[in-house]
Amino acid sequence: MSFGVPKKLEREINRLVKNYPEKRSAALMVLHALQEEFGHISLEAEQWAAARLNLQPINIHELVTFYPMLREHDPGKTVVRVCRTLSCALAGSARLHRHICQRLGLEADAPGLQRTKDGRFGVEYAECLASCGTGPVMMCNDDFYENISNDGADEILEKYDE
Amino acid sequence: MPKEHRLVLKHADEAGYTNDIKCYLKYGGYKTLKKVFRLKPKKAGGVVVTPQETIRSEVLASGLRGRGGAGFSCGLKWNFVNRKSGKPIYLICNADESEPGTFKDRQIIHKDPHQLIEGMILSCYANDVKLAYIYIRGEFPEGARILNRAIDEAKGKGFLGRGICGTRYDLEIHVHRGAGAYICGEETGLIESLEGKRPYPRIKPPYFPAALGLYMCPTIVNNVETLCNVRNVMEIGADAYAALGTAGNTGTRIVSLSGNVKRPGYYEIEVGKATLGELIFHKNFGQGLRDGRKLRAIIPGGSSSKVFRAGEKFDIKSKDKWGEVVEQKLDLLDIPYDFDTLMKCGSMSGSSAIIVLDDSVDIVESLGNLSDFYAHESCGQCTPCREGSLWMAKALKRMRSGQARKGDADYLEHIAHNIQGRTICAFGEACAWPVLSFVDKFRDDFEKRGAEDEARLAKRDGEATTK
Amino acid sequence: MGANQAETPVKTVTVKVDGCTVEVPRTTPNWLGKQEPTTVLQACKHAGIEIPHYCYHPKLPVAGNCRMCLVHVGMPGRPGPDGKSPMNEDGSPKIFPMQLPYEPQTPRGVIGCATDIIPGMEIYASSPETRAMREAVLESLLINHPLDCPICDQAGECKLQEYSVDHGLAESRFAEVKVHKPKAVDLGPRITLDAERCVLCTRCIRFTADVASDDALGIVNRGNYSAIATYPGKAFDNNYTLNTVDICPVGALTSDDFRFQMRVWFLKETKSLCTGCGTGCNTVIGSRENRMYRYEPRQNDAVNSCWMCDAGRLDYKWIGRDDRLAKVRGPKGDTAWPSVLKAISNHLTKAGVGSVAIVASARQSNEELYLLNKLAKHFKAPTDSVPRDGEADQLLVARDRNPNITGARLTGITTKRVGSKLAAIAKGIASGKIKTLIVYGEDVTQHGIGVKLLGKLKTLIVSDILPSATTKNANYLLPGCAHAEKRGTFTNVKGRVQKFSKALEPPGDAIAEWEVLHELVHNVAGLDEFDSIEGLFNQMAFEVKAFKGAGLKWDSLGDKGADVKL
Repeated sequence: MSFGVPKKLEREINRLVKNYPEKRSAALMVLHALQEEFGHISLEAEQWAAARLNLQPINIHELVTFYPMLREHDPGKTVVRVCRTLSCALAGSARLHRHICQRLGLEADAPGLQRTKDGRFGVEYAECLASCGTGPVMMCNDDFYENISNDGADEILEKYDE
Repeated sequence: MPKEHRLVLKHADEAGYTNDIKCYLKYGGYKTLKKVFRLKPKKAGGVVVTPQETIRSEVLASGLRGRGGAGFSCGLKWNFVNRKSGKPIYLICNADESEPGTFKDRQIIHKDPHQLIEGMILSCYANDVKLAYIYIRGEFPEGARILNRAIDEAKGKGFLGRGICGTRYDLEIHVHRGAGAYICGEETGLIESLEGKRPYPRIKPPYFPAALGLYMCPTIVNNVETLCNVRNVMEIGADAYAALGTAGNTGTRIVSLSGNVKRPGYYEIEVGKATLGELIFHKNFGQGLRDGRKLRAIIPGGSSSKVFRAGEKFDIKSKDKWGEVVEQKLDLLDIPYDFDTLMKCGSMSGSSAIIVLDDSVDIVESLGNLSDFYAHESCGQCTPCREGSLWMAKALKRMRSGQARKGDADYLEHIAHNIQGRTICAFGEACAWPVLSFVDKFRDDFEKRGAEDEARLAKRDGEATTK
Repeated sequence: MGANQAETPVKTVTVKVDGCTVEVPRTTPNWLGKQEPTTVLQACKHAGIEIPHYCYHPKLPVAGNCRMCLVHVGMPGRPGPDGKSPMNEDGSPKIFPMQLPYEPQTPRGVIGCATDIIPGMEIYASSPETRAMREAVLESLLINHPLDCPICDQAGECKLQEYSVDHGLAESRFAEVKVHKPKAVDLGPRITLDAERCVLCTRCIRFTADVASDDALGIVNRGNYSAIATYPGKAFDNNYTLNTVDICPVGALTSDDFRFQMRVWFLKETKSLCTGCGTGCNTVIGSRENRMYRYEPRQNDAVNSCWMCDAGRLDYKWIGRDDRLAKVRGPKGDTAWPSVLKAISNHLTKAGVGSVAIVASARQSNEELYLLNKLAKHFKAPTDSVPRDGEADQLLVARDRNPNITGARLTGITTKRVGSKLAAIAKGIASGKIKTLIVYGEDVTQHGIGVKLLGKLKTLIVSDILPSATTKNANYLLPGCAHAEKRGTFTNVKGRVQKFSKALEPPGDAIAEWEVLHELVHNVAGLDEFDSIEGLFNQMAFEVKAFKGAGLKWDSLGDKGADVKL
């Protein structure tokens, strides 16, 4: 199987690798870049990254399975991460998570990432997102939202449901 | 009257203040850098003191303590660096802000990134660092973009790159993104992560970063706020900085306040110049609890710090200004928010994040929430944390689902005791501290739950057998 | 060690272990053999006390993750401003037992594997505080461990079991549901992984990455769900994988070859050598009721450290083959040893000088080759052996796949160019000059002396353990023994002379070759009487130059052998 990356991404990865005295150090940044391009990190992408960094594929697989933000499988087009840690919990993150799940036809309180059938959304709880004063907070892909009411959540989700 | 003293966040929330270099320069940014780079070697008592040594002694004299969690003297940390190894020295800014309750570095990164960059350049210059990294948590993609832009801007102005400010000093700073792991906030876990490995903290000894850090080279890891304060020390001078705060607890600190208070947020105070009570109740800070609510508990320094129960009193010993040991009785709300007093009271200021719990909160539920965090974030390297963190989380889950037992307080205590002091890193044993303190301070809550559940289950079993 | 070797003064450090003052070396070899400051764990070992551990292995880099070797220690106080160390009233240095910095009433341990000793340190290796730390770690390791010892191959040599007896609690407090992980995972062609039994000590990962130079294993997932794994779809398949089974302190990694075959406590252990190549890895044979079940490497830092290759380890099945030669055969069919020995002796006594040739095997022991060469000298018979070359690797496998090519050279059976005289022997047979051929342990039809040529011989005397075209054509067939069925020595490619011992009884009539040869040489050429391998070895060591030069004696070989100059 041949796995290739677009020229532009390859240039970006070359630039990233140069930021470190040792190639292996670039692993996380390369994986971020690959995930941004492909939405998740397939086994082929892992092998490509390993080859690019002169590593064994297991060295990369160890990372992808460790870090929750790196996805082995397509998590959905928009990944909604609701903070569940104490301050946000006190501010109503369970309510928010339940509301979002119900709206998207997912199971409330289910552990781990849930993906809508159409693949447009993936919803999961995240640990502390470091904005505890404005809970409940969540992220939709790279965007950050705080003080979210149920109505607010509806508005936000609509933005991504296009 | 207790009030904020903004030094790091001086301009951050001012109207019209933006995070680009133009604005930063307009507000006097990089002036300190230029001043420091003009320093020349000077002779003191027949010995030549280099500008680098001058910065280091200023930072040491300022009494600046690490703002990340351990509160260790920044100047001493720098002094430990092995400068004779012949290997390069690295500096890493720990921007992996992830201790639950903490959201101060986010403010700096988003609103005043150049202050951090300036602080980093000064710190790197002081320690002959040629290559530095900012390790920012993966959940701050916007922060990473802002920092990257700030670095580019600083480069454009000649503050970074080759021949900074006309000297022969070169420095590169790169932003490195994490991907969702609390353990990367632990400095040796962070280093492993930055090396492209699983972020398993290193055993100490022998791997103290000051000697064997990144790529087994001497390495300094400082928190975002600490590095900003290096800039502030160099701007106003060690004496002026040390005059802020209290003896041994100098300067200012950004306190993150969250939980059941009316006005959660971040407040920069002179260290020790506001009490826990003031931070929670005073109109300049948290403005008290929601109406009709009573204080139940305070987690004073991020989720790892040991919890206080409302109404606690402490007998602490301290030295007065003549060096005499004096005993002092202290009410919980009168604890000055600093490094040392909180430690004497059995907890810590940690990452200076206060989480307030009022009487609407279920104690067992709250501890369960925190234990879930630690179980999820345990890296799994060493036995006590890997096994113990999930064990406690499972026990609490059982208790939260109506199957608590009378002996569960002892049970939890037993598990937690077997973790603290036995792990590779402080983050590992941190999972024990909330459990030990919650059970210790709120034993009645745990026992009540156990008694109720056991009675209910016994009744149900009784009914089942009589039928 | 030789008596003439100058005593190098060892710098020592004085520490206390369990209240006893002991002097231990200041440095101890690390996993690479480099001297490094002695650790608490090593100091205790010097003092004769074993600190329990899982992740620590003397031949692997230190990981420090299992925490089983936590030990409570006391440190002498740092000197005060006056430069004096804190003292007790009686003038002895004051020792400060380590405590948690934030909870001074709670003792704090250090990991023995990574903590260097300092002079005056007190190690409380068996104190209640230390025992409590061990118990806690053990309890943590056991909560998610399956209770399947009755069907676990590791049972009997499991560190979890052993330490549970010594440091465990009778009952588990664990009242929750265990974590489930992959079971019976085919990690590679020779290894099965049970991730639930794994204690994540990472010995296997470190071994394969740092010793075998194959970065093939890793940990996937995190926290309590962590598991050892290969890359998806990639088999763990280098030539050293089975060492990970040896060093796995629990039953997580099991050898497919040994899995479910035998309980380890039934196995008889015999010190032996691997015969797979010229390295001569030291081994232990595990056998029961005259059947061999496995090889395990035996530590010998001069040869194989703690390791052996998979090919060598699994190279034992031939010993128990059904078609092993088990009957003595003469020209008239099956016979018995006394008559056949008499017949051969008579025949050889009459044989003329130059009419006999000998092809011996470099798979035979030094003693056997020595005797064969003695016989050869009597007839001025040409001798040689058979080359067996392969590819050498970085770690253990030697290019020469004969276990005793060096012995064959030193005893004079062959030369530097092994097999170079075979052609001359073939020629001699073809010309009719050579009338008697003695073949030991080789199928010469594979080496230029074909069946047709064998037909030209008057007498073909063959000793072997498995049937071949050569044995088929033998006039006298002498069933021999595998190394596991006799005693003797091999000399490895680097000149190390090492002993192997008898683990099994040979099948049928088979007798150790050295005994038969001893009889023949005695009858034909004259030789002192020996009824033991010891005497034979010592005689050989007196006669063979290289062995004599090294001053070899059977007794001084010990379990780890001795070097001769090549």
